[in-house]
Amino acid sequence: MNIVIVGAGRVGSAVAKWALAEGNEVSVLDEDPLSQERLSPDGTSSWEDAGGQFTVGTALEIDALEESGMADADVCILCTDGDNTNLVVAQIARKRFDVPKVIVRVLDPYRAEWYREQGLHTICPTKVAIEMLEDAVVSA
Amino acid sequence: MYVIVAGAGKVGWNLARELIGKGHEVTVVENDRRRYLTVEQELEHAIQYGDATELWVLERIGIQRADLVIAVTGDDEDNMLICQVAKEKYRVDRIVARVNNPRNLEHFKLLGIHPAVSATDLILRLIEHEVPQYGLVHLLDLEEERLEIIELIVGQDSSAAGKRVDEIMLPDGALIISILRAGTGFVPKADSMIQAGDEVLVVLDPGLEGPVTAHFTSTESAAAGG
Repeated sequence: MNIVIVGAGRVGSAVAKWALAEGNEVSVLDEDPLSQERLSPDGTSSWEDAGGQFTVGTALEIDALEESGMADADVCILCTDGDNTNLVVAQIARKRFDVPKVIVRVLDPYRAEWYREQGLHTICPTKVAIEMLEDAVVSA
Repeated sequence: MYVIVAGAGKVGWNLARELIGKGHEVTVVENDRRRYLTVEQELEHAIQYGDATELWVLERIGIQRADLVIAVTGDDEDNMLICQVAKEKYRVDRIVARVNNPRNLEHFKLLGIHPAVSATDLILRLIEHEVPQYGLVHLLDLEEERLEIIELIVGQDSSAAGKRVDEIMLPDGALIISILRAGTGFVPKADSMIQAGDEVLVVLDPGLEGPVTAHFTSTESAAAGG
């Protein structure tokens, strides 16, 4: 599968490395060139030597999205540190690039729920943490 | 009218002041604490501190009863999402979004955010109007109706100069609606003559600017070639 990951923070880089190890074509887009270091499979070799693609650019720029291979993506994962960026770019991926599967991380539970109702595949880590904490209290 | 203004920058603050002066009820939302405190000295209860992209902030200030939501923060993503939830979640009748970077205008369109206003675009239009030798001037875009009106100056060696209106073979979907000559305008008939130096107003379907302009611009290179 062709997988495009926007945002190479802790989550994005870990998912990218996993997806590459699983044998997918993985392209990562991040505005910070240094974030590429987090993508190194073993801490020494580079992401691109391992077969990954990396594009430097902001997610709202069409040029950057095109360069990242969004038009050919089977899956697009949005996990920058900004909910607003993730939600806007997810809709661009879906409506402009017709990406079949778009997954978007949204930290705000309220908006994650509303955008899920609108048809976006949202993942809300905050909600997961709340549920885990509640379960932990109950089972303690 | 109850108006929500997201962003208390220069645009938001001045807009709020004007709207309040016209007797409207206004709430401005600003998420920078220092900016909020500055503007609050003048607007008092008409400004709230908070992030207008958060739904509970919008609900707290009563977005359900807003007649108009204006998103003029310095961040295009924020402006898009504020307008999107205003329109689609809270069914606000009217929205207006500011476009900070004109290259993002297509994203606003993609998300159905209309009207989206770009200061850069507006100033460019004004420059085109003041300096018409740049070519055509967009006078009016009726996006919903898929029509625009443009102004053109008839070039010295253009194919239209010296012809009757009915001799100019404009593409289907384009029509000359007015001729401005020596400071006065008139609505042409089929036998009206077009002269070099005239300004013509043409109403057309979007996308026909190229073929229409070709009739009115000087064809020096073509003349030299032929």
